[in-house]
Amino acid sequence: MMPNALRLRNVSKSFGTFKALDNVDFSVRAGEVHALLGENGAGKSTLMNIACGLYAPDEGHVEVDGEAVSMSDARDAANKGIGMVHQHFKLVPAFTVLENIVLFNPGRQAAEIASQAQDLAGKMGFDLDLSRRTGSLGIAEQQRLEILKVLVAGARFVILDEPTAVLSDQEARALMTIIRGLAASGSAVIMVTHKLHEALGHSDRITVMRGGKRIAETSPGEMDAAKLTTLIVGEQIVETPAPSAVIGKTRVRLSSVRVPGRSGRKGLEGIDFRVRGGEIYGVAGVAGNGQNELADVLMGTAEQTGGSIEFEGHGDISTLPPGGRRKAGFAAIPVDRYRHGLAGRRSVAENYAVNGVLSGSYGGWLRFNRGQARKQTQKAIQAFDVQGVRGTGMRAGLLSGGNAQKLVIAREFETMPEVVLAHSPSRGLDVRAGAAVHERLRAARDSGAAVILISEDLDEIFLLSDRIGVLSGGRMVAEFEAPANRNDVGKAMISHE
Amino acid sequence: MTEFLFNWLVNVPAFAVPFALAALGLILSERAGVLNLGAEGFMLAGALAGIGVTINGGPPLAALAGAMLAGMAMGLVFAFLTASLRINHVIAGLALVFFADALTRYIASYAGWTNQAIKGLEPIFLGQDLVVWATPLICLGCVLLLNRTRFGLALRAVGENPAAADAAGIDVTTMRILAILLGTALIGLAGGYLTVAVSKIWTGSVVGGRGWIAIALVIFARWHPWRAVLGAILFGCIEALIPRIAATGADVPRYFLQMPPYLATLAVMIWSATRSSGGGAQPAALGLHHIREDRD
Repeated sequence: MMPNALRLRNVSKSFGTFKALDNVDFSVRAGEVHALLGENGAGKSTLMNIACGLYAPDEGHVEVDGEAVSMSDARDAANKGIGMVHQHFKLVPAFTVLENIVLFNPGRQAAEIASQAQDLAGKMGFDLDLSRRTGSLGIAEQQRLEILKVLVAGARFVILDEPTAVLSDQEARALMTIIRGLAASGSAVIMVTHKLHEALGHSDRITVMRGGKRIAETSPGEMDAAKLTTLIVGEQIVETPAPSAVIGKTRVRLSSVRVPGRSGRKGLEGIDFRVRGGEIYGVAGVAGNGQNELADVLMGTAEQTGGSIEFEGHGDISTLPPGGRRKAGFAAIPVDRYRHGLAGRRSVAENYAVNGVLSGSYGGWLRFNRGQARKQTQKAIQAFDVQGVRGTGMRAGLLSGGNAQKLVIAREFETMPEVVLAHSPSRGLDVRAGAAVHERLRAARDSGAAVILISEDLDEIFLLSDRIGVLSGGRMVAEFEAPANRNDVGKAMISHE
Repeated sequence: MTEFLFNWLVNVPAFAVPFALAALGLILSERAGVLNLGAEGFMLAGALAGIGVTINGGPPLAALAGAMLAGMAMGLVFAFLTASLRINHVIAGLALVFFADALTRYIASYAGWTNQAIKGLEPIFLGQDLVVWATPLICLGCVLLLNRTRFGLALRAVGENPAAADAAGIDVTTMRILAILLGTALIGLAGGYLTVAVSKIWTGSVVGGRGWIAIALVIFARWHPWRAVLGAILFGCIEALIPRIAATGADVPRYFLQMPPYLATLAVMIWSATRSSGGGAQPAALGLHHIREDRD
């Protein structure tokens, strides 16, 4: 048997009292693609951060070609041939492509690096202009630059952390070809993912983690989606589409809505669509095509320079400020729950009660009835199954992603909203928490609300939407009735530009 | 009129140099992501050191070297507070200004250096002294250091995206400490120049807000060395005008006469703020700490 090329032997790691990794064994051989599967918080990223020298393990060690190595930073790891492509790219946007590669490869001539990079890029079929500013590259190109960067540094072990999370279906497929090519040329590739089909379709071995422990090491041949799901979540959760039973009349209609672009990005260039009561309108699209602007303009936090937003019974609400819209029945689940959904340093109770405070549920303008707020929060926590709350005085920022999202939803759905805007509501959540969030959105729809779901996750769009609009380059370029053809939607997403 | 112009222009460099050197020093530390509001304090330390060395018999060049060291000593405190202890950069910078202000006044009066005129730095060529001629070279040095060396690349990476620099194996803390020390050496030199070459006497208010103006200059220059020197010349022109106008005997209140540099600062800040791309040049991680074992 071949020696294991890279091995993490019996590693444990704690953050404070939280045990992120518990005696985990993991290995990858040259020439194979090894998928590392697990929910959020299963310990995948922590394990890989140890493999690439960013974290030091509390117990256990890393072995390269059978020899124990100690690494204190990414430099050491690179010298051992380990390179990591992080989920959040470690690139300097203000630098040129070449500067980013040089930065990662100290002690070598820039000219030599440039020619090697061109060479490697050619072999992998990348078309990369070394003198371009990195910030002007698309996401997929930045990812290729990241891969190139670690290869130039001589990586034999390439770790990709959630590599397809930011890619469109087409881009993800291209990436899989690249990954296969890497393995074929003798590299060992570790692909961290929570997407089953990627592990099943593109790997040689699969390791499943749950709760900081290694649950199983297996191969795609022995597995199917259902078995894997059971391993990952410890129970079976399969969400199925549930189309709306009753679709009412149009509640919100956007006509030629325009938002100016900012800092080099395109804004909205005339958006038209309508959402009816009792339906979920899914807005699909590759990230950065106007999703943020659309969410902002709907909630009244963007500068709208043209068009109208008609809201049934209220007329054109284009000039209505955010507070007015909320009063009129708008609710929002913002994309970044820790930045825009919650005030992380304030308590759970304050975060929950802030809506009610404005509408006067907890006393007048001078008085804040804390007892009442705590009681209401306690009730809401129960009703919306927010777990991990040690007390209503706990800081909201300490909640895990899923529970933070449930708290946001509990607050937004406190009074039944008429229009719900949900922007990537299950991003970063595990299967179970995601399913709970989806259940809430369906419930809102079934009670007659108009739900607008903006998501870059096509699975989510297809699971929930009654109609699908495709956002591309700041325009709604296509619209589909559910059930729609996934391929057609995917094509529309990249049709313009 | 010709005489007025001549007297004005010949004095511009001496007024421009402190702005230029301080702004360059600020750029070095800020391109590494360290928001440096302590310029006034580092200049005070340099100014006092310049006087101290001269009064104790040191030649002007030794005085300037002493000024750089004094700036760096103060810079070391600032680096310890910001890069090592990760104290808020704004607070650390402001605290250092007040600390330096009190400390320099105390040392000056304790050692009896106040109001002692010194001989100072003499012109060497075309009525200008050595530092004036060296300043463009220092600027060139900064440009080359930042853009052409690997050290500069690492420094800028730390200021733009410390997480990326960390992943590339660069020690963010060390890098920032070095950037602060380099920068404060130049800012200290700027202060030393004020006393050794310009005022040739110590008063507690010798720096007179020039450190703050230099901070504004950096924003105006969008963190670019050459533009900072151009801005410094502009402010030098304005400041050099003050004694000239006073010399004409015009009946203008003294305080109004001293106002133009500050008014110009305000104007420059407003102008910078109104340009839509104003924030685009700011180092992306300016004033932000980097802690690796933070889970994100």
